[in-house]
Amino acid sequence: MPDESLLDLAEYISEKLEKHVVSHEFIHSELIVHTIPESIIPVLQFLRDARECEFTTLCDICGVDYFGKPIRFEIVYSLLSLRQNNRIRVKISVNEGQIIPSVTDLFSSALWYEREIWDMFGVLFSGNPDLRRILTDYGFDGYPLRKDFPLMGHVELRYDEEQKRVVYEPVELMQDYRDFDFLSPWEGMTTVQTDRNGESETEGEDERHAPQETS
Amino acid sequence: MHRKKHPDTPDIVVSEETQIKPYTMNFGPQHPASHGVLRLVLEMSGEIVERADPHIGLLHRGTEKLIEHKTYTQAIPYFDRLDYVSPMNQEHAFALAVEKLLGISVPRRAQFIRVMFCEIGRILNHILSITTYALDVGAITPALWGFEEREKGMGLYEKVSGARMHANYFRPGGVARDLPKGLLDDVLEWCDGLPEFLGDIETLLTDNRIFKQRTVDIGIVSPEEAQDWGFSGPMLRASGLAWDLRKSQPYDVYEEMDFDIPIGKTGDCYARYLVRMAEMYESIKIIRQCVEKMPEGLVRVNDYKITPPPRAEMKSSMEAMIHHFKLFSEGYHVPAGETYTAVEAPKGEFGVYLVSDGTNKPYRCHIRAPGFAHLQALDFMSKGHQLADMVAIIGSLDIVFGEIDR
Repeated sequence: MPDESLLDLAEYISEKLEKHVVSHEFIHSELIVHTIPESIIPVLQFLRDARECEFTTLCDICGVDYFGKPIRFEIVYSLLSLRQNNRIRVKISVNEGQIIPSVTDLFSSALWYEREIWDMFGVLFSGNPDLRRILTDYGFDGYPLRKDFPLMGHVELRYDEEQKRVVYEPVELMQDYRDFDFLSPWEGMTTVQTDRNGESETEGEDERHAPQETS
Repeated sequence: MHRKKHPDTPDIVVSEETQIKPYTMNFGPQHPASHGVLRLVLEMSGEIVERADPHIGLLHRGTEKLIEHKTYTQAIPYFDRLDYVSPMNQEHAFALAVEKLLGISVPRRAQFIRVMFCEIGRILNHILSITTYALDVGAITPALWGFEEREKGMGLYEKVSGARMHANYFRPGGVARDLPKGLLDDVLEWCDGLPEFLGDIETLLTDNRIFKQRTVDIGIVSPEEAQDWGFSGPMLRASGLAWDLRKSQPYDVYEEMDFDIPIGKTGDCYARYLVRMAEMYESIKIIRQCVEKMPEGLVRVNDYKITPPPRAEMKSSMEAMIHHFKLFSEGYHVPAGETYTAVEAPKGEFGVYLVSDGTNKPYRCHIRAPGFAHLQALDFMSKGHQLADMVAIIGSLDIVFGEIDR
């Protein structure tokens, strides 16, 4: 069950930001607020400045690619309030090519997080003063964390003795990449018996299942 | 550095036409003071840094992408290789995240073992951080002494997991195997020797005139700036904010531990050094409590859908055999859901944003590395400082490129 204060906070936010907040939910007692890209700045500003919220730290911005869904990307803003000891996640959904407003004016830390999302997913942020690629190579092509980007990538590089420089070439594997998909339709590995953890075990069974050296 | 001009240096006559233009300077990526593969493009005005542009990603290995293609068990070793100075702390974040999605609780003994090794990891990290920092600003002795002590600590890692660094020891649901016999005594012995060693380092650095000249009032961060830039861990505490996830959002058995959170006052490089130093003494306290209170019992959940059965049982039980096979081929399924779980890693808040779609592989595993936020603040921290101070600031950030580049 979510914390009492978090429930109140969720009510408060939905009420105050009625125009902007689409919905809110709790997953594993963590508060998630859904909004639309156009509203991200007012929502984050309210969460930062309102006395009841005080989410003064933007921990993280992260992208998720739900390939195949009508709206492809989800951008997740994780906020932390040091004063109130609360966490909140604000989510927006964007499509390919859609530009979302940058929050660098509100949180300085957003600068690199937005660069990373641009680099990894190709989602553009308007108003980010420095939207260069950040983690990939200079002159890299493609967006690696998209689900349709192959795991082995497109190019590989090596030092060319004749040209005396590093050259880029299409990836050529000596052996095809083997993606073992062991996912079985059986439900054998799905039913986790939560009541069978260490605490609830009886003495006799304890002995029988006591883990010894397994390796 | 603020050196006075040597009296023997001849005065250089600068004609009025001669003007020093701001110039761009390249720092790294292979530089002993850049702590790995950091490339900095500096815009200098004489000796003064006007703008610092860190170019990162030279150690990018696509960890997040790789984890999407591995089962949950296979994902654990990747966390060792992020911040390779404190591997177990990061496994801890992933283990906690998966446990949250699975909805399982971990046996108490496993929780104590995990907390104990996280604190050992914290000490190992801070020893490396402080001693190499001292090396950066001109003192070599702490590094020579520190690495000896660190090696002993890594010996404890080796005893429990078989590896000095990339432990791969924590598992969702507990730890891989029980502590070997006599390990707790070794841990205590190590703890007994530590205060003396830390005292030696302190006599070398804390009141050292050169060390203080290089670090006091360098790279000052106010509490507001620290929050604005997403600081966490010792970087945040050095700026005077009492914030530690072990206290404010306790996980495993941190709630039962008695320890203090050292807070810095000035927010400069020296305060960050002091905070890390004081934190090690607190970690020793926690380790001692863990050893003292270490309960008997299981070291991982007793559910063979998640953890492998004991080897002996596999020889006689068909069911155990099937479980073992299924666990290491298909792996366990994690119910659909998502969580952002963070731990107080030695460098700050290390978070894992895990999205599961109900299969045996994570749909998305985003890693929130503390160093990423700290490094991007380098620009504003170094503005107006001298080039040599740049090295002092980078050292005080305690950055490791494994986690920043991921």
